[in-house]
Amino acid sequence: CCSCLELFFVGEMEQKQAIWCLNPKDQFQEELVIRPLHSGDIYASFQFRTLWDTDFLQEGQKKVSHYRLFPKSLGQVLSKFSVQELHISFTQGFWRTMQWGQPFIPSPPGAELWVWFHDTVSDVDGNWKELTNVLSGIFCASLNFIDMTNTVQPSASFKPLGLGNATDHRFLRYATLPREIVCTENLTPWKKLLPCGSKAGLAVLMKSEKLFHSSFHSQAVHIRPICQDEQCTSKAWELRQTLNVVFDHYTSGQGKKEWSLFKMFSRTLTEACPLASSSKVYVDITDNPELFELSPATPLLSQAVVLGDRRTYSVYDLTRAETFGQLRSFNLLLRWKGDNMLRPLLHAERYVAGFGLQTGEIHTVIYNNHPYRAFPVLLMDSVPWYLQLYIHTLTVTSKSRDNKPSYIHYQPAKDRHRPHLLEMLIQLPPHSMTEVTVQFERALLKWTEYTPDPNHGFYVGSSVVSALVPSMVAMSTNFTQDQPLFSSFVPVKEESSYFVRVYTEPLLVNLPTPDFSMPYNVICLTCTVVAVGYGSFYNLLTRTFQVDEPSPPLAKRLANFIRRIRGVPLLA
Amino acid sequence: MSHDFLQMHLKAVISCLLIFLYKVHTTKAGQFFSSGHTNNWAVLVCTSRFWFNYRHVANTLSVYRSVKRLGIPDSHIVLMLADDMACNYRNPKPATVFSHKNMELNVYGDDVEVDYRGYEVTVENFLRVLTGRLPPSTPRSKRLLSDDRSNILIYLTGHGGNGFLKFQDSEEISNMELADAFEQMWQKRRYNELLFIIDTCQGASMYERFYSPNLMALASSQVGEDSLSHQPDLAIGVHLMDKYTFYLLEFLEEVHPASQANMNDLFKVCPQSQCVSTPGHRTDLFQRDPGSVLITDFFGSVRKVEITKDTINLTSPVEPPIQRSGSGDIQIESLTYVDQLPVAEIIHQKPKQKDWHPPDGFILGLWTLILLVFFQTYGIKHLKHIF
Repeated sequence: CCSCLELFFVGEMEQKQAIWCLNPKDQFQEELVIRPLHSGDIYASFQFRTLWDTDFLQEGQKKVSHYRLFPKSLGQVLSKFSVQELHISFTQGFWRTMQWGQPFIPSPPGAELWVWFHDTVSDVDGNWKELTNVLSGIFCASLNFIDMTNTVQPSASFKPLGLGNATDHRFLRYATLPREIVCTENLTPWKKLLPCGSKAGLAVLMKSEKLFHSSFHSQAVHIRPICQDEQCTSKAWELRQTLNVVFDHYTSGQGKKEWSLFKMFSRTLTEACPLASSSKVYVDITDNPELFELSPATPLLSQAVVLGDRRTYSVYDLTRAETFGQLRSFNLLLRWKGDNMLRPLLHAERYVAGFGLQTGEIHTVIYNNHPYRAFPVLLMDSVPWYLQLYIHTLTVTSKSRDNKPSYIHYQPAKDRHRPHLLEMLIQLPPHSMTEVTVQFERALLKWTEYTPDPNHGFYVGSSVVSALVPSMVAMSTNFTQDQPLFSSFVPVKEESSYFVRVYTEPLLVNLPTPDFSMPYNVICLTCTVVAVGYGSFYNLLTRTFQVDEPSPPLAKRLANFIRRIRGVPLLA
Repeated sequence: MSHDFLQMHLKAVISCLLIFLYKVHTTKAGQFFSSGHTNNWAVLVCTSRFWFNYRHVANTLSVYRSVKRLGIPDSHIVLMLADDMACNYRNPKPATVFSHKNMELNVYGDDVEVDYRGYEVTVENFLRVLTGRLPPSTPRSKRLLSDDRSNILIYLTGHGGNGFLKFQDSEEISNMELADAFEQMWQKRRYNELLFIIDTCQGASMYERFYSPNLMALASSQVGEDSLSHQPDLAIGVHLMDKYTFYLLEFLEEVHPASQANMNDLFKVCPQSQCVSTPGHRTDLFQRDPGSVLITDFFGSVRKVEITKDTINLTSPVEPPIQRSGSGDIQIESLTYVDQLPVAEIIHQKPKQKDWHPPDGFILGLWTLILLVFFQTYGIKHLKHIF
């Protein structure tokens, strides 16, 4: 559409079109945030945002048909299935909160998909099934394995992150696939959704050989309606594509706290995406003011309050030509010696206790590291039906005393139909550890329900802990267009706390596995026994013996022949 | 006499017609339609799971790479990989799958799109893709949308035996099922010509039972022989490729979209001296002579282009979208974001409707009724034994 400016002088129709092009209703921003972690690892977070003032849910004449920056495949999905909000993420690895702090946008290992449908939808389950199939084709992932046996409908978690009045949880669906692998085949279609593809701008850095050789890799797509301006009188659709990656100090960094863009991504930046209205690189320099070395140096500094903490960033603006210097290539170099880290206030773990293949116990441990404030957390657990939970054994203890949750929602599982859903609102006392335990029994599956590699085990999806954590620094509730993308993902309602979501580890449990070679072995053994037993018996009853003279050797036969001719008696 | 005259006239007309048709056949228009196909598809399947079967994934990816290089786009390739080797935790170089030792050639590349992966590669899904009987919500990239002018290449690799091919160590497909699937495809006119290549042990047994027309088949070994793997890489720790596909890849690397190599060259790939097993082929069901079939008829997507010098008038341009009404006209109330964790609201949330149970009094009344009827029938004297 940028080329339509040439039609400006020709005809009336073209003039209208050109004017429309001069006031585009969609814009694209990209940014990269680099944060050195205290263990020597480095955390890079890409965010690409497309904002479009349109209405996907219109039918007929006003139906959206001309796509510019917004990818057409996603736009058609939104209008066909009447989707209000869509969040999908693919993650490889587990985010270590204690070592790395909080991520900008959290995600559980494997694939996670949660969708809010519009309240005009009559058959939510049917739309959900078709949506998962269509997304599996778009992202080359096996999302078609999402069905009623692993979908839940949370009653209090996962409130919409975008605008909306209706919060009737009948229109929400949530599912995870902890076994889902992420590889280049998922990155390729994800990159193709960007306006500049992987040819210009920050997406040039995304080379799969470096991205997947990391401790943590997560790519996500978030679509939601947001406010267009401060007064919030109209809404626009926002598409955010995020990619979070943590490069390991030892395997990629060769043990030195010295990183550069080339070392991380094996590429340098040469230009910003021409379709982007802003393209920036932020480097977090809060932790290491003196012992930090950053080259090329930049005078631009920016302060942002993110995750309850005021951080300082060095900013590089890629839309300005002087960032690229003489060589027309931008390679950032970082070297630091500092070692400070803010201890995360909320942290959760989960593990399976017990022995044997019959029973077990799931323990979820939530830590509140705030020295004097208590705050509530909402814990959501979705356990597959083949781990039969005994809810009467559910205990919640904090500081070795019983802690009764103020809200419990439990939906029991139906075999082969739906999973368990347990949601609890727990008040965490300050500076404490809260433990939630529940016992379970493992079910025996039918032999066709086992995967081809059942001895690997079966996965249980991560628990989700959502909380409003009290913030040390006042968060800003004002919405400005210039806010960096990483601090404007979650809408802030009040200044004293920030919303955070923590995912626990997924569990891997062994179910009692039958011996699949057993039918073959049984048939062989039985047939052998029957053959030997019956055969011997049959021989005993029916076999008769006859004396059989062996044939005489050749010399004797010849001698007998001559004797017969002579008429002399034969030899024995 | 007039009868003879008529017959002679008829013969002359018929002979003229035949000469005319022959001329047409050899003109440009005739040549345009002689090869018979207008589009190309490829179905590439790796059926083995687990890290030590790395070579089967590498086999399939090397054929995928050749087929893409020669022009078949991703939308026309259905790639099925039963396990993930590239991002497997045992892979010392993630996001790569190598075919040559010393990591010379990465066949995984940067632009791969796998349509069926992991547990989705089953016999049922494979047969559904071939016959087109998929559920209505299956996305386009997972369908084989071929028609009666499509040339299809089907490549299978994995562990096999005499008459069967093993899928993921838990099920198998027999040669009769495969032959029937191809017959279904023929009856529904889902292919023009089909090339079937299989690289497994005793691969020739898989094409013995074919009976549909226009099929050509190649296998890496005869019945009773094993197909062998090529070379291990000590850094990765597993065998990288099978011998037959390794030499097939080397042969295909020489082919480019304009090359005139034909099927007879393909039959000569990997003789017994290199492969140890004897590759076999079957062409009796194929109508054309293999010497006249180009490699690019199946492995590439060569389109015959007709260049025109006439100008074409396009229709009127895209209508500009309807302008949004000015914001000052109507008083719109401001929208707000939803509270992410409304604690007070959650605590006082009404519980969702549970399943209907009969009221408690009903069950008590029912038991009382049963007891009363029992004692009425059998007499009141039993009552004192109960209470």
